[in-house]
Amino acid sequence: MQVRERARCARCGALLYAHKPDSLERTLALAVTGLILFVLSNVYPLMTFELQGQSQQNVLITGVLQLYAQGMWALAVLVFGVSILAPLLKLAGLLYVLLPLKLGRRPWLLPLAFRALETLDRWAMLEVYMLGVLVAIVKLADIATIVPGVALYSFGALIVVMAAASAALDASVVWEHLEREA
Amino acid sequence: MKAPSPTAARAGLINCHACGQLSRARELPPSHGAACPRCGASLHLRKPNSLARTWALAIAAAILYIPANTLPVMTVVSFGRGEPDTILSGVQTLIAGGMWPLALLVFFASITVPVVKLVGLVYLLLSVHLKSRWRPRDRTALYRLIELIGRWSMIDIFMISILVALVRLGSIATVDPGAGATSFAAVVVLTMLASESFDPRLVWDALEER
Repeated sequence: MQVRERARCARCGALLYAHKPDSLERTLALAVTGLILFVLSNVYPLMTFELQGQSQQNVLITGVLQLYAQGMWALAVLVFGVSILAPLLKLAGLLYVLLPLKLGRRPWLLPLAFRALETLDRWAMLEVYMLGVLVAIVKLADIATIVPGVALYSFGALIVVMAAASAALDASVVWEHLEREA
Repeated sequence: MKAPSPTAARAGLINCHACGQLSRARELPPSHGAACPRCGASLHLRKPNSLARTWALAIAAAILYIPANTLPVMTVVSFGRGEPDTILSGVQTLIAGGMWPLALLVFFASITVPVVKLVGLVYLLLSVHLKSRWRPRDRTALYRLIELIGRWSMIDIFMISILVALVRLGSIATVDPGAGATSFAAVVVLTMLASESFDPRLVWDALEER
C-alpha cells in the first residue's frame, strides 16, 4: 500500500485499511497530551451554578457521587464507566502498548491489551457527555447563572485529542509487530 | 449487477475478528476453540450465535423501552413542590421554553435514535432469517448507521447526572434522579450490545447460496 492509500470492502464499501504515516509517534504524542488534559478535566471544577445568593460547584465525578448517594448505583457505575474509567483506560492503554513498541520491546499480554483497547473505543463517550453538559447548561441558564470552569475547556480539548489519537492509530502496525517477533 | 467479488469464506479463509489476520480454515483444528495464530483470539467464520444473541438483547431493550418512557427520569423539586419529568415531557419543556434547536437535538437523541436502533435491528434480523437478497449494500449501511448513532442516546443520562450534581440548593431547588433514567440507560446499553453482537456478513450470506 502506498502512503495515504485506503482499501475498501468490495461488497459493502466499509473502510478496511488506511495507511497512516508515523502512526506510533503521533498516537503516542496525542496519548500523553490526552492524559495531561484528563487530569486537568478531573481536578478543576466543570462549572459553578449560582441561584439566589447560593452557589454550587461541580467537578466531573460529582455527578457520579450524587447519583450513588441517591441510591442510583447502577446509573452511577455506568456514568463513571463511560465518562471517566473508559477514557482513562484508553489513554493509559495506548501508552502501555505503544511506548514499549516504540522502544523496540514487546509489552506483556500485547494481544489482549490491544484487543481491550478496541472494545474501549465504543464505551468511551466523552463527546456525548460534553453535549449532555451543554444541554444542562442551557436548561439552567434560564433560572440561574452558570460560570464555566477550567475543566470545561480542558474537557473540550480532551475530546479533540482523543479523536485525533484514534484517527492516528494504525492497528495493523501493532499487529504486524506480533508477526515479526513470533 | 457487478460480478461477485472473491470472498475469504469462499477461498477457505477465516478472518480474525480482532486483528484481521487471515487463516486457512483447513489447517486449523476442526470444531470450536480454534485460535488466531497471530493474536490468539478465538476464530469464527461468523460471530457465534449472532442471531440468537442479538434477538435476546433487542427484545430485552424493547421491554425496558416501556418503563424508560413512562417512568420519570428526574424530578425537579423547587420550594417543596416536585415536578416529575419523563423523557418526552423534558422535550416538551424545552419546546415550551422556546429552545427549539435543543428540543430537536434531545428529541433526536432520546426518542428517534432508540426507535431507529430497535426497529433497524429487528428488520436486519428478520431479513437474515428470511434470507432476503434485497439491497444488501443498503442493509449493511443501515447496520453501520445503527452502530454510529447508538452512543448519542446517552445525552439525557449525562444531562441528568450534571443537574443532580449542580442543583443541590436545599429547600430552594434540588433535582432527584428517577427510575426511568435507569431503564433508559439500560435500553441504550442493551441496544449497543445487540448491534455489537450482530454480524453484518450474515446479510450477504443469502447471496452466496444459489
